Amino acid sequence: MMRILVIAEHAHGKLNISTHKTVQCAAQIAGAEIDVAVLSDDASAVASQAAQLAHVKRVFKVEHPHFAHAVASTHAVAIVELAANYSHVFAPSSTFGKDLLPRVAALLGVGQISDVMAVEDSHRFVRPIYAGNALVTIDAAKDQKLVATIRVASFQPVATTGDATIESVTISATLPGYTRFSGHSAEHNERPDLQSAARVVAGGRALGSAENFNLIYQFADQLGAAVGASRAAVDAGYAANDLQVGQTGKIIAPDLYIAVGISGAIQHLTGIKDARTIVAINKDPEAPIFDVADIGLVGDLFTVLPELAKHL
Amino acid sequence: MSKILVCIKRVIDYNVRIRVKPDGSGIVTDGVKMSINPFDEIALEEAVRLKERGIASEVIVVSLGPTETQQQLRVGLAMGADRAILIQHDTAVEPVTVARAFLKVVEQEAPLLVITGKQAIDDDNAQTGQMLAALWNRPQACFASRLEINGNSALVTREVDDGMETLEVDLPAVVTTDLRLNEPRYVKLPEIMKAKKKQLDVLMLNDMGVPVSQQFTTLKVSPPPVRQKGVLVKDAKELIDQLKLKGVLQ
Ligand SMILES: Cc1cc2nc3c(=O)[nH]c(=O)nc-3n(C[C@H](O)[C@H](O)[C@H](O)COP(=O)(O)OP(=O)(O)OC[C@H]3O[C@@H](n4cnc5c(N)ncnc54)[C@H](O)[C@@H]3O)c2cc1C
Ligand SMILES: Nc1ncnc2c1ncn2[C@@H]1O[C@H](COP(=O)(O)O)[C@@H](O)[C@H]1O
Repeated sequence: MMRILVIAEHAHGKLNISTHKTVQCAAQIAGAEIDVAVLSDDASAVASQAAQLAHVKRVFKVEHPHFAHAVASTHAVAIVELAANYSHVFAPSSTFGKDLLPRVAALLGVGQISDVMAVEDSHRFVRPIYAGNALVTIDAAKDQKLVATIRVASFQPVATTGDATIESVTISATLPGYTRFSGHSAEHNERPDLQSAARVVAGGRALGSAENFNLIYQFADQLGAAVGASRAAVDAGYAANDLQVGQTGKIIAPDLYIAVGISGAIQHLTGIKDARTIVAINKDPEAPIFDVADIGLVGDLFTVLPELAKHL
Repeated sequence: MSKILVCIKRVIDYNVRIRVKPDGSGIVTDGVKMSINPFDEIALEEAVRLKERGIASEVIVVSLGPTETQQQLRVGLAMGADRAILIQHDTAVEPVTVARAFLKVVEQEAPLLVITGKQAIDDDNAQTGQMLAALWNRPQACFASRLEINGNSALVTREVDDGMETLEVDLPAVVTTDLRLNEPRYVKLPEIMKAKKKQLDVLMLNDMGVPVSQQFTTLKVSPPPVRQKGVLVKDAKELIDQLKLKGVLQ
């Protein structure tokens, strides 16, 4: 039987939606038994949220002061111990999972499949390569543990209708102390989260300044949308780094994506391929963004945005 | 004094629009421009800057790949690495095998720091640095946008989904680079000439006693589904109307 251990992503006592999506991927493996591990200094709140995820059988509370922050070298040692009786270990392909899971795999003496976007059977998966410009179907050997990160944009969250049992687990391995969390900073605001928002408005280099980038914020607020940015906009300091969309930023799948003054480089497009409707506003009719846009408007953003605001 | 080991991978240049072979067996590589993986150029730039600031004594570039990989290692030497090591192998291997091979080099060279890219832009795996750190039983700091060495430890700011995180890691450690860590320098012609005389050692992977993992088999490679070309609208009003028509806006 397939037994899948899903490593929960969470912060500030809240389970991240990426975990719901990772469980969805696991649930597509027929007949699999799914357990979730919550590593934290205080796992209770997150464990009860995880217990509500459909398809989950058991939730493990793995508590230790060292788990106050997701430090990969510490977490990995614990997960290796938990993984003993599982055929699969999954985590979301967020920076959390990308950092952690290869370390787990190497300690288990196996490889990893990164960014699973479709499940064909228990050991056959599809994943993107070359920034999503090609897809590979991979067969994994059945006699080895399968460690994989799950591309969250490819899966819907599971329902919260579950009723898993919660168990406490203690780790016997010695946790390495050679990596220490030293700080975190983020620009907090009340806007929808980029990775889960139904609508996203993103701005590119064309905005020209951080001040002008406020136009993107205003338009996004009008639509109730999250804000994204191209790498050029982030590099130029118009927008914060965690707003970057693309191969090296966030991969998102909103219902509506509006690209404003973004050319549509392949590295950017890979982040938005799964959006239901893509809208492009660009003054260059030849911009590659128009090749993927469902609706395109050739025009100067500085005149188009105010007009859009008027007609909404 | 301290050495820095930098892992540089030979990949299809990031400006090339790749094509999938019609028979689904892979990507067309014949006659395609190859370069150092962009993240690895950043890794090398960081190492060279640490040497220029007197924090490192020697920068070694290492790569696993076919014999042609010597071209990218030479570019690395021209960028400022002191010597190069090629672990020669003609076919692609899984990241865990790359990490095992690099571990041998690490054990031999005992560097203070290993810098890799956060991901190779061909397979987009983002695994090798973390795996090497695990096998070496040393700290890792991934997706670095700032690196500060303070004696026996380093402070690394990393780009995470919800902002920036700072880790303090004891050295030696593995750091993987994000794009904002630095901007790599251009290589000038005299340096390319000089680099030809620098030391480049070739090891054969098959002679290194490294178990070659064969956990994964590629069944097929296919192009992604193409999005239908959409419509062009003439003004803001029509754009809103279209969105309403599609049911995206009320
Ligand atoms: C390894 C690697 C990884 C990368 N990862 C990412 C990534 O994750 N995400 C990402 O976005 N990029 C990434 N990039 C960068 C990418 O290649 C592009 O450089 C970047 O996306 C360009 O951003 P842009 O479209 O805002 O800027 P530009 O390409 O400069 O485009 C600006 C656009 O605005 C239009 N414009 C100008 N003025 C106006 C106006 N007044 N009104 C309307 N339109 C106007 C122009 O016609 C142009 O099309 C990566 C690059 C590399 C090498
Ligand atoms: N064959 C290789 N040769 C040299 N460096 C490599 C190789 N494979 C991976 N790396 C390094 O590991 C990083 C991550 O690669 P990957 O795990 O393949 O995405 C790259 O940016 C390189 O620094």
